[in-house]
Amino acid sequence: MTKTPLVLRVNGRDITVTPGTTVAAALALSGLTATRTSVNGEPRSAVCGMGICQECRVHVDGRVRLGCQTLCAPGMVVESMP
Amino acid sequence: MSASIKSAPLVATLDSCEVLIVGAGPAGLSAAKAAASGGARVIVLDDNPAEGGQIWRRGAHADLPASAIALQQAVRACDAIRIVNSAKVVGILDAQTLLVETPEGALKVRWQKLIVCTGARERLLPFPGWTLPGVSGAGGLQALIKGGMPVQGQRVVVAGSGPLLFAVAATARKAGAKVLMVAEQASLARLTAFARKLPLWPSKLLQAVQLRDASYRTSSVVWSVQGQGRVQQVTLKQGNRMTTLECDRVAVGYGLVPNTGLAEALGCTLHLQDGVSAVTVNTQQQTTVPHIYAAGECTGVGGCERAQAQGSIAGYCAIGELGKARKQEKDRAYWSAFAVHANSAFVLDEELKSLPDAATLVCRCEDVSHGALLGHTNWTEAKIHTRCGMGACQGKVCGTAAQFLYGWQMPEARLPFTPARVGTLACAGGAPPDTNRVEP
Repeated sequence: MTKTPLVLRVNGRDITVTPGTTVAAALALSGLTATRTSVNGEPRSAVCGMGICQECRVHVDGRVRLGCQTLCAPGMVVESMP
Repeated sequence: MSASIKSAPLVATLDSCEVLIVGAGPAGLSAAKAAASGGARVIVLDDNPAEGGQIWRRGAHADLPASAIALQQAVRACDAIRIVNSAKVVGILDAQTLLVETPEGALKVRWQKLIVCTGARERLLPFPGWTLPGVSGAGGLQALIKGGMPVQGQRVVVAGSGPLLFAVAATARKAGAKVLMVAEQASLARLTAFARKLPLWPSKLLQAVQLRDASYRTSSVVWSVQGQGRVQQVTLKQGNRMTTLECDRVAVGYGLVPNTGLAEALGCTLHLQDGVSAVTVNTQQQTTVPHIYAAGECTGVGGCERAQAQGSIAGYCAIGELGKARKQEKDRAYWSAFAVHANSAFVLDEELKSLPDAATLVCRCEDVSHGALLGHTNWTEAKIHTRCGMGACQGKVCGTAAQFLYGWQMPEARLPFTPARVGTLACAGGAPPDTNRVEP
């Protein structure tokens, strides 16, 4: 695996990460505490880390994906759920 | 939305194989290697970006044992095996065809023999404050750290139950976190009994010695978490004493629960083991449905080594190599005995049922509280009245919690088993486009 860092865009900001980094980690690296807002308006973040709880779902290149099961790719555009 | 959306074709790709394996953890990889040993065409579906399952998770910050790397390389190098990563099984199209969603679009997989190796998930139990950002599962935190989640300099409390807590604390420390406490709900008496018999499994004894942790505390439970918008403080109950610590993260996992959803939907019989459902198998790892086998944690939580032995047996039996399967039986028996021993040590205390207060959310997707669920008598009734379990996780978190808290059994999974794209679901109807593989 190459270790050349890659750049992706998280909520309009460029973030540099190591290859193999998940989108869930990139969201945290961008300074974000919460990934989505619950139906009652509470902030939430990744819980299970393995694709079960769905708390880390975000838009990746315009499509809803789980942050914990998606690897960062060069030029990827990530937007957290409002 | 500024990003361009690549639309998936509304035609499913079709592929077929002699042996289909769902899950590429220790059981699935062992099954694949065994099943392909006679030249049979094998497909392995795995819902993560890389194979290895939870325990052999690869990532920016993961170290794997040499044996795990060797097995993964052997499976990768085998021409008869096709591995499909980031593949989620969405539904069952007919008795021998599964509908799968991949990043490239929908995939229909036709099989002659199926080996279910769907592993386990963490049991997450609700307590006041558990929905705050910074609270995660214990194995959940380990998985997130392996994926590059920054924890450098953060104060972390690891809690719950089981041997996994040691490994989580070690991973967090290695990534620069300050682990304040590892809180195990089981009593010292139970753990002493567990440790006394460990010499029967020398490799586990060695692991225990390597992972020993000065901050480990028994009879200790995370009672609540406080904070404004994120974790700032945790309160632990240790025996009859309450302790409050300032911290940044709280990782709590109460052991593992077998993922039986796919096997159950396929008609396989389940049985109760240690209070949760597990897929029933015979000595050849066959389920009660012809041509369907199961191996690893979905047949009852038993650890990585037992999963490998079961996977090998399932793989060999699926291709009729019963002699080769028999050679793995000794290993399976040895590790099954360890599983029974470990599971008896980490039985959950009934007191954990009193963790949530009336306002504590049980269903995180639909924000349904413990108080709202208390008036109901079963899962279906609660679901109809409160929307509990109707959100994105489809009850995989709250259903497991409700089973422990209220003794409710969830009905079997229906299509789609996991949130899926409309394009994938559109492929569920109608005849397959072609009997040959169609490239999108």
